[in-house]
Amino acid sequence: MTISDTRPDAGDRAAARRPSRLFRNLPSKIAMLPLIFTAVVVFLGGTIWTVVYSFTKSGLLPRLSWAGLDQYERLWSSRKWIVSIENLAIYGFFSLIGTLVIGFTLAALLDRKIRGEAVFRSIFLYPFALSFIVTGLVWQWILNPELGLQNVVREMGWTGFSFDPLNNPDIVMFGLLIAGLWQGTGLIMCIMLAGLRGIDEDIWKAARVDGIGTVKTYIRVIIPMMRPVFVTSLVLIGAGIVKLYDLVVAQTSGGPGISSEVPAKYVMTAMFGGQNLGQGFAASTMMLVMVVIILIPWAYLEFGGKKHG
Amino acid sequence: MKLRIKLLSATAICAATTAGAVDLEVMHWWTSGGEANAVAKFAEAWTATGNTWVDGAIAGGGDTARPVMVSRIIGGDPPAAFQFNHGRQAEELIEAGLLLDLTDVAEAEGWADIVNPSSLLDACTVDGRIYCAPVNIHSWQWMWLSNAAYENAGLAVPTTWTEFAESAPALQEAGLTPLAMGGQSWQQNGAFGVMALALAGEEAWLSVNRDKNAETVMGPEYTRVFEAFGAAREFSDGLNVQDWNQATAAVINDTAGAQIMGDWAQGEFAMAGEVAGEDYSCLPGLGEVAILDTGGDAFYFPKQDDPEIEAGQKELAAMLLSPEVQVSFNSAKGSLPVRGDVDLTSVNECTQKGLDLLANGNIVPNGESFLAPDTISQLNDLMTEFWNTPAMTAAEVQEQYSDIIASAE
Repeated sequence: MTISDTRPDAGDRAAARRPSRLFRNLPSKIAMLPLIFTAVVVFLGGTIWTVVYSFTKSGLLPRLSWAGLDQYERLWSSRKWIVSIENLAIYGFFSLIGTLVIGFTLAALLDRKIRGEAVFRSIFLYPFALSFIVTGLVWQWILNPELGLQNVVREMGWTGFSFDPLNNPDIVMFGLLIAGLWQGTGLIMCIMLAGLRGIDEDIWKAARVDGIGTVKTYIRVIIPMMRPVFVTSLVLIGAGIVKLYDLVVAQTSGGPGISSEVPAKYVMTAMFGGQNLGQGFAASTMMLVMVVIILIPWAYLEFGGKKHG
Repeated sequence: MKLRIKLLSATAICAATTAGAVDLEVMHWWTSGGEANAVAKFAEAWTATGNTWVDGAIAGGGDTARPVMVSRIIGGDPPAAFQFNHGRQAEELIEAGLLLDLTDVAEAEGWADIVNPSSLLDACTVDGRIYCAPVNIHSWQWMWLSNAAYENAGLAVPTTWTEFAESAPALQEAGLTPLAMGGQSWQQNGAFGVMALALAGEEAWLSVNRDKNAETVMGPEYTRVFEAFGAAREFSDGLNVQDWNQATAAVINDTAGAQIMGDWAQGEFAMAGEVAGEDYSCLPGLGEVAILDTGGDAFYFPKQDDPEIEAGQKELAAMLLSPEVQVSFNSAKGSLPVRGDVDLTSVNECTQKGLDLLANGNIVPNGESFLAPDTISQLNDLMTEFWNTPAMTAAEVQEQYSDIIASAE
């Protein structure tokens, strides 16, 4: 009873002091306007526009002539799309595990206060300064059987050596993966290293006093403490996986055949090569759906869980 | 730095306008040696008129270049002129009213009388108005063979596809790749198109491409084509290249026996100093059915607000079809001129074969003028999968091919 009495009263008083919540901190809200505008119009508006037009027969130019679910039916009956999804799953799984493991291992090694740390750090981070197009071309040459690795090993005497992933449909995704890891692990290593440096020295001292081994300390104590760093890394790696496109274009252009196609490339080819915007929009909508399916449960666990706990 | 460039270009524009000349940015995808040499002829002729040619070359072929051009046109920053292939690629841009109507230029220059075959001008015409300037005739229907490769293997140079297929194992035993094939999907689908016209004949080919008759795809003529294409897959083992000119280079270096590629490949042979008939041979229609498909390149001119630029665009359009430019450009590119009334300066054996077929009317329009880019891109995907998946059978592909044709617009 008392509660229901005081509440409107408190509200009235608040209203008398501050006429509207809308005008609270007005300058900072004005400063936020461009960002709000960008978020609503560019991100949300663009997404809605794309989804709407994915139900149309848009060709080279967007047109509002409805096609129902035709574009989606065609998409899911296309072998190329199925292959693209499978490839992304393979690349995504190995890229995620590989980047985290290699990135953390390198960071842990550098964290052992070795000599010339700055040099190694620069060397490992350097590939990140290159674009995916350059990375793709470099690795295309390295993996080229006549010019690159295979040739070098053969000239050293192992004439039977054969390593030609880019021309073998079964393992071509691993050829892409090598280049992707080479490019991406450096950044993750740096983030991990920053995380490791943030760990209090006393933790290490305590572990030593308790007689816990170095490896065990890392796995049991340090890694759980670095959870926020791992989340950051995960988001960065995940974004890199979904937008995988330029590496494929530079290294294999989807070949041999369609064996290294990826969803983003499917979208680009449909929209611009095939002059079929509707089909490209349908494919990009499916990409969004896939991301959302993975993201929502994770975001719920990560951010929603804390409030309750 | 950026400011300086802006200032420089601003002064350049001022200087150009005061001189009464215009800068026209021309976008195209002619970047291989022979092609770049050919496009330089256009630039020279245009510069000679006192105007400026701003070269907007995009490497990577039409599939890479077209999206860039289209996005610039839709994005409101169109080039003054751009290259497309004849056919349905620009259809929607014309319908949306984004391209300049060239009908008055065409009438003044009498294009209707000089352009041969007239189907080239038809491909530029929408609702009786002309929107593009055809510059050359290209045909896919060629196979290029290295004479030295066959000599080294102790074989006679084949004169038909059947002979070629029979001699292929012997060539492989000699350590050579019988058929050079680039890894890009358009090359594999293109080669299939050549084999379809050559092995299934004109009637079946038109039925599939023009009338979109899916039953013909399942018929006996096309069955033969799918089987021949399936058998040809292993002929290309041992050569892994992407671009078409790298595949042509393998024929030029005599490490590969042959390549199925349009007549633009001849520009590469010419650049390498090879002589038709001595160093290399050519088989129009694979030596089976000598019919050429007549596609080619055309220039389109996006609408611009500036009347001065528009006048320049029309001047350029007229120049592209003028006799001198037609001769110098097509001689360099290895293509045939769109005018029936000019003689090429240096006609080699292969070009002569093409000119004879053209004069006799042994021609069909090209596949791109019948099929929408969407359909072509689906066929590209299918044929490249077939080419690279040894486990895929001809019958499976035939089925899927007929589905695509049945749903084509």
